Amino acid sequence: MIEAVGLTKRYGKTVAVDNLSFTVQPGRVTGFLGPNGAGKSTTMRMILGLDRPSAGQVLIGGKPYAQLDRPLRTVGALLDAKWVHPNRSARAHLQWLAKSNGLPDRRVDEVLDMVGLTKVAKRRAGGFSLGMSQRLGIAGALLGDPKVLLFDEPVNGLDPEGILWIRKFMQGLATEGRTVLVSSHLLSEMALTAQDLVVIGRGKLISQSSTTEFVERSTENTVRVRSPHADKLGAMLIDKGFTVREDSDGSLTVSGALSDEIGDIAAGSGVVLHELSPQRGSLEQAFMQLTGDSVEYHAELAETGK
Amino acid sequence: MIEATGLTKHYGKTVAVDDLSFSVQPGRVTGFLGPNGAGKSTTMRMILGLDSPTRGKVTVKGRDYRSLHDPLRVVGALLDAKWVHPNRSARAHLQWLAKSNRIPSRRVDEVLDIVGLTQVAKRRAGGFSLGMSQRLGIAGALLGDPEVLMFDEPVNGLDPEGILWIRQFMHRLADEGRTVFVSSHLLSEMAQTAQDLIVIGRGKLISQTSTEQFIKDATEDTVRVRSPQLDRLRELLAGRARIADAAASDGALVVHGVEPSFIGELAAANGITLHELSPQLGSLEEAFMQLTKESVEYHAAD
Amino acid sequence: MTLLAVERIKLFSTRSPWWCMLLALGLTVGLTAIIAANWDGSPMPVMGAVFTHTFGLYVIMVMAALAVTTEYRFGTIKSTFQAAPDRTSPMIAKAVVVVLLSALVGLAASFGSWGLSWLLADDTSQLALSSGNDWRHVAGVGLVFGAGALLALGIGALVRQTAGAVSIILVFALVLENVVGLIPNIGDDIQNWMPFLVAQKFILGDPDPSGIPDGAGPPAIGELSPWGSFAYFAGIALAIYIISLVVVKRRDA
Repeated sequence: MIEAVGLTKRYGKTVAVDNLSFTVQPGRVTGFLGPNGAGKSTTMRMILGLDRPSAGQVLIGGKPYAQLDRPLRTVGALLDAKWVHPNRSARAHLQWLAKSNGLPDRRVDEVLDMVGLTKVAKRRAGGFSLGMSQRLGIAGALLGDPKVLLFDEPVNGLDPEGILWIRKFMQGLATEGRTVLVSSHLLSEMALTAQDLVVIGRGKLISQSSTTEFVERSTENTVRVRSPHADKLGAMLIDKGFTVREDSDGSLTVSGALSDEIGDIAAGSGVVLHELSPQRGSLEQAFMQLTGDSVEYHAELAETGK
Repeated sequence: MIEATGLTKHYGKTVAVDDLSFSVQPGRVTGFLGPNGAGKSTTMRMILGLDSPTRGKVTVKGRDYRSLHDPLRVVGALLDAKWVHPNRSARAHLQWLAKSNRIPSRRVDEVLDIVGLTQVAKRRAGGFSLGMSQRLGIAGALLGDPEVLMFDEPVNGLDPEGILWIRQFMHRLADEGRTVFVSSHLLSEMAQTAQDLIVIGRGKLISQTSTEQFIKDATEDTVRVRSPQLDRLRELLAGRARIADAAASDGALVVHGVEPSFIGELAAANGITLHELSPQLGSLEEAFMQLTKESVEYHAAD
Repeated sequence: MTLLAVERIKLFSTRSPWWCMLLALGLTVGLTAIIAANWDGSPMPVMGAVFTHTFGLYVIMVMAALAVTTEYRFGTIKSTFQAAPDRTSPMIAKAVVVVLLSALVGLAASFGSWGLSWLLADDTSQLALSSGNDWRHVAGVGLVFGAGALLALGIGALVRQTAGAVSIILVFALVLENVVGLIPNIGDDIQNWMPFLVAQKFILGDPDPSGIPDGAGPPAIGELSPWGSFAYFAGIALAIYIISLVVVKRRDA
C-alpha cells in the first residue's frame, strides 16, 4: 500500500505537487493520470525517495522509502527504461541490481525469462530497441519480488503483443495481492488496465475512485435501443419523461433511463427489442471533462490549409 | 494516394519487406499495423525515397517520390520527432524546411500556431519534451499543405489532450480529402482513429481492409443479455442447437453465434423481460493477435 | 538559389559553426600576433605572417565536417532528403555555402594576421605585398581553407559520424603525414605527395628571395610548383567530395 499525506514539492517558486493526499490499495491496478506537468513524475520520484518532499510525506507499507530495509524487495519501479549503462549486458545490469539487495543470482534468470529476454541476456543494453529496454526495466522492477510496483508509461515502445502482455502481467501482479501503480497518458489503454484511478492536475488531487465510478460520474449514460416498433416504444418513453433521440440508422438513444426500466416498459406492452445496450462514456471523455483547465499546451484545431 | 507494388527490401541477407503491394486511399485515415520488425518503418522510408527498394516500387500520387518537384508540398511526414538539431530553434528548423520547397515563411507561423507551439518557437528544440518535439514534427509535416500525410507513432509522448487533438486532427485532414497514413502500436487508439487498415507481418501483407471488416473477420460477435427471467431464457436458447455456449458473468449471459434481434424476438414471443441486450464487438487487439500470431519478434513467457 | 538559402539558415541557426569560425580566426591571428611581437633581428617576411594558418585550417575543416555529420547525428539529413530527394543538389548547395564561408574565414585570418604583423613587428621592411608571390602567401590561405572545407565535407558525408570524420582529418594531417617521412628509403618520396604538406607549399613555397632570412628555408615539401601544389590539393578534395556525392546518392539515408 502507498499512502501520500499532504505531499508537496516546490522547485524554486514553481509548485510541482501541492498538498497531495491519496492511497493506493493492494490487490488492484491503480492508474495514475494527469495532463503533462501535473506532477505525476515528481510524485513517483518522491515515492521512491529520489526527490525529497518540501512538505508532507509518502509512505510505503507505513514507512518512507529511505527507511526500508532492502528496498528492492519491497518496491519495484520502472521509471525510465533508458536508465541502463549502454555498454553493459542485460544480465550484468540485473546482476548488480540483485547483488545490491542481496538477491540470489538465479532470480536474475527467472526475471529475464518472465519478460522474454533470456535469448538476448548477454547482448549490450545500448543496442536494445525501446521495447526491449522496457522489458529489461520491468525485469529490474521484478527482481526483488516486491509487494509494491510502480510503472511509468510501461507500454512505451512496446508492440501490440508487448502491450497486451504487460497489461495482463500487471493485472496478474495485482491478483497476487500486490500494489500496482501505473502512470500513463494512454487513456484507452488505462481503461482496459486500471481498476482504480488517482487523477491529478496542476499538482493537486482531482479525483480518487474506481475507474467505473470515475467514468460514470462525469459522462452522461445513455441506452441505445433498436426495435421493429421503435415509434411506439419511443412515444411511450417520452410519455414517461425520458429524453429520446432518433438516430439516422433508426435506432433510439435514450437518456435518463436505465436499460432495466426500458426493458420493463417494452415487455409490459409486448414491444420486441432487437438491441438494448447501455452506452458508457469513455475514460477519455470523463478525463477531459474533469481536467479541462489544467493542461499545459493547448493546440488549436485551426484551419489546416492556407 | 500511395501505391506499393511488389515492394521488396533486403538488408544483406535479411528480408525486411517482402513483395508488398497495397494502396492507401485519399479521404480516409489508414492505419499501418504490424508487430515489431514487420517492416513498417522500412516501408515508410521507401515511400519517402530515403531507402531504395531492392525490387518493386512505391509511388505517391502516381509518381516516384524522388521525381516529385517540391515534394514537401505533396507529402508531409513525421517519422521521428527527434530528427531535429537540438541547438536550432523550432522556428529556424521549420524555416529551412519551408525555404527548401519555396514555401512562404508566413506558413511557418501558421503551422506553429496550428500545433500550439507559437510561444516556444524561439526556444532550442533540444530542450523540448517528447510531446513538444512531436508537435514540432507534425508542424513540419503540415508545412507544404500536402495532400498526403504520413505519421509514425504520432501520439508518442503526447498527453491525453494531445492524443485527442491529434486524433481529431487526422480525421479532419482525411475529411478534407487528404490521404492520411498512420503507423502505430497502440491498437485501442488506432481502433478509434483509422477507418482502413494495412496490416503486415514479417514484411508481407497480412490484410488490407476497413477496420470494421478486419475486426469482423477475425473475431466472433457475442451478445450480452440480462433479464429477470434469465433461467428461462437460458433454457430457450439452449434448445436451439445452433446456439453456442452461454457463459455467465456478473449475472449476465454472454451468447455466441446469434444476432441480438433473434434473442429479442425469442424473448418477446415467450413474454420474457430483457434488461440488457447488447451486441459486443470484438476488439481490434483480439483481431490483430489472431492474425499476426505467427509473426512476432519476441515472445514473453506467460 | 533557394537551396543555398536553406544551407545558410541551417549553418547559422546553430552555434557550433560560429564557434569554429571564431576559433579558426582567433587561433591564426592570435598565434601570428605572438610570433610578430617576438620577431627579432631580421625584417619579418610576408610568409612569417601566415605560418599559423594550418591551425585555423584544421578548425575550419572540423566545422565543415560537422556541417554534414550533425545532419546524420540528429537525423535532419532525412528531412533534407525528404525536401530535396535528388540528394545531390542539397549536398552541392551545402558545399557552396561552406566552401565560400571557409574561404572568407581564411582570407580574414590571413589578412588579419598580416595586418597585425604590421602593427607588432619591429622591422616591417619586407612585409609589403609587393609581388605576385607575396599576394599568394596571404590570399592563398582563402583558397586552401575553401579546398580543405570541401575535403572535410566529403569525408564527413562518407563517414557520417563526427568523431570518425574529425579523427580521420586530424590524425591524417597531424600524425600520418609526418610519420610517413620516417619510412626508410621511400618515406621522403611519399611525403612529397601528402596533401596537407603539399598545400603548405602552395602558401609558403617559392618566396621572393628578399623575403626570407638567410638559411631559413620554409618547410616547402613537394615536387610541384606552388600553383601546381594547390591544384593537387584541390583535386584530391574535389575527388573525395565527388565520391561522397555518388555514395550519398546510392546509400539508404
